[in-house]
Amino acid sequence: MTVEEDLVPQVDPQAVPGDTLTVLGRVPSGASRDEAVAHLAEAARLVRRRDIMMVRAAGLGHIGGEFSVIDILVTLYLHAMNMSPDQLGDPDRDRFILSKGHAAAALYTTLAMAGFLPPEQLSTFMQPLSQLNGHPARTKIAAVEASTGPLGHGLPIAVGTAFAGKLDGSSRRTFVVVGDGELQEGSNWEALMTAGNHGLDHLCVIVDRNRLQQGARVADTNDLEPLADKLAAFGMEVVEVNGHDHGALLDVFAGVPAPSGKPTAVIAHTDKGHPISFMSDNVAWHHKVPSAEQVAQALSELE
Amino acid sequence: MSTATTPAERVLHDCRDAWVSTLVELAETDDRIVAVVNDSVGSSKLGPFAERFPERLVNVGIAEQDMVGVGAGLANGGKVPFVSAAACFLTARAMEQVKIDAAYSQHHMVLVGQSPGMAYGELGPTHHSIEDLAWLRTIPGLTVIVPADPTETAQAIRWAAAHDGPVFIRVARMGVPDVVPEGYEFAPGVALTLRDGSDVTVVATGTTVVRALDAAELLAADGISARVLSMPTIKPLDEAALLAAARETGGIVTVEEALTSGLGGAVAELLVTRHPAPMRFVGVSDTFAPTGSVSWLMDHFGISASGIATAARDVLGR
Repeated sequence: MTVEEDLVPQVDPQAVPGDTLTVLGRVPSGASRDEAVAHLAEAARLVRRRDIMMVRAAGLGHIGGEFSVIDILVTLYLHAMNMSPDQLGDPDRDRFILSKGHAAAALYTTLAMAGFLPPEQLSTFMQPLSQLNGHPARTKIAAVEASTGPLGHGLPIAVGTAFAGKLDGSSRRTFVVVGDGELQEGSNWEALMTAGNHGLDHLCVIVDRNRLQQGARVADTNDLEPLADKLAAFGMEVVEVNGHDHGALLDVFAGVPAPSGKPTAVIAHTDKGHPISFMSDNVAWHHKVPSAEQVAQALSELE
Repeated sequence: MSTATTPAERVLHDCRDAWVSTLVELAETDDRIVAVVNDSVGSSKLGPFAERFPERLVNVGIAEQDMVGVGAGLANGGKVPFVSAAACFLTARAMEQVKIDAAYSQHHMVLVGQSPGMAYGELGPTHHSIEDLAWLRTIPGLTVIVPADPTETAQAIRWAAAHDGPVFIRVARMGVPDVVPEGYEFAPGVALTLRDGSDVTVVATGTTVVRALDAAELLAADGISARVLSMPTIKPLDEAALLAAARETGGIVTVEEALTSGLGGAVAELLVTRHPAPMRFVGVSDTFAPTGSVSWLMDHFGISASGIATAARDVLGR
């Protein structure tokens, strides 16, 4: 069995690029759609640059699934969600749960970009006693709503937060990102049944449909198709979108809750490792750590 | 106190009645309280709650992982969820959710293990929950409560509703008499000395407390003075009471309706490092129970007055 430690390269700290992150913050209110999309695209570029340096410095991480989900995270935190650092005590704030908790570095970097974490803290990623554990922990970071890492946990929790909101008549929405491979866990389908049957219209389940899981393609492992039909059969309002298209994503998120009264399921078509030429849609990059040369190449593609 | 009556005269209670009446009472004044079940309204005796607060009963159906996860989400959304299901399924089926969603996330949620131990008797090991105490006491940040009677059950439910953290509470279905005294107040990590004694200490929990008291009567007839400690929380333990018992009496007998690696293992781990003492463990040891009613099984495994007395004599070498 391969353990992640086997994959740790000998990292020369001098070869690791600097740890700065320019914090853009939320899309300014009143921005036009074009301005919002430009803001999100620039934020996603910077988040990816910082993410790859964090993974390189830690010698650990899940860069493939991080790069597939970053555009979704950035669109949620910088634009779609009613959730900002000064709102953490507000019960009606929108909720976000990263069920695919192995993409933690992407979440941390996005939280820093949105002002929830000081950017300097990112350099502690996976260091001894860091708050930035290899998987996000609710007890370590205020903005993390639930500890995740084992797959199939986030969606039931999101159903619970959405249920609480419904009981309270709250306007808050709950967004949860699950990996597509993660949908092989049965607990997700238990939760989808609950969400559909109870008409939790303020719930938005986003499937990071990058078609790859740790060891192989999803289709070659335990296929999900016809995924849209399955989600619809469980009572979801299903929307398919290019998960790297910020404009399309913000339009989709603006449509939650759906007029149909159903929970929304967004199948976000993504590529693992996007948009790096040698990583994209390549199963080898689930948790591979890039060499110094590969970091330089990736950064040049993220200019 | 049960010792004032003979076993035949005792009035036995189903602790589920205390559980549901307490929950309804709390819910009347605290609208954060919700119940989460896996089609377990009947087996949890939640009918009165369902009738009074239908909208606050979240029934996810037969889906334990979803049930515990939804409970954590409800807690995140500002509710105080009581997740109530047969203890065997709540713990074994959803153990990772108990570990991560409840304990590691430190959500304020109450896991209510109904009909625990061998309450389901003849239904067999698939429905017994004798592993729960051993499993759950290993999980950091989780309080594990095993009430001995209806009063302690009600107090544990009240305490958990106010405690900002994850809690597991066993609610006994097997009939038990009242054992805690008037004016008793439950607190985690605080044992109750129900009978003082100087030769040996019997540490019991839950449904076995009354059996420990009966065992002390048998031992007294033999001239053996037995102290009886009721230990309502497996985690945290009352370390001071246990260390005092180890110092002051000649041996310790633990008693539980569970694998002996629950209370027994916890007490042994404490004493072996702090004050080693001769010990015996009454409970189930490394086996699946044979077919039999709960009362037959309790006797079969020696979780009985005579079985406990035998263990006490043995630890004293008498």
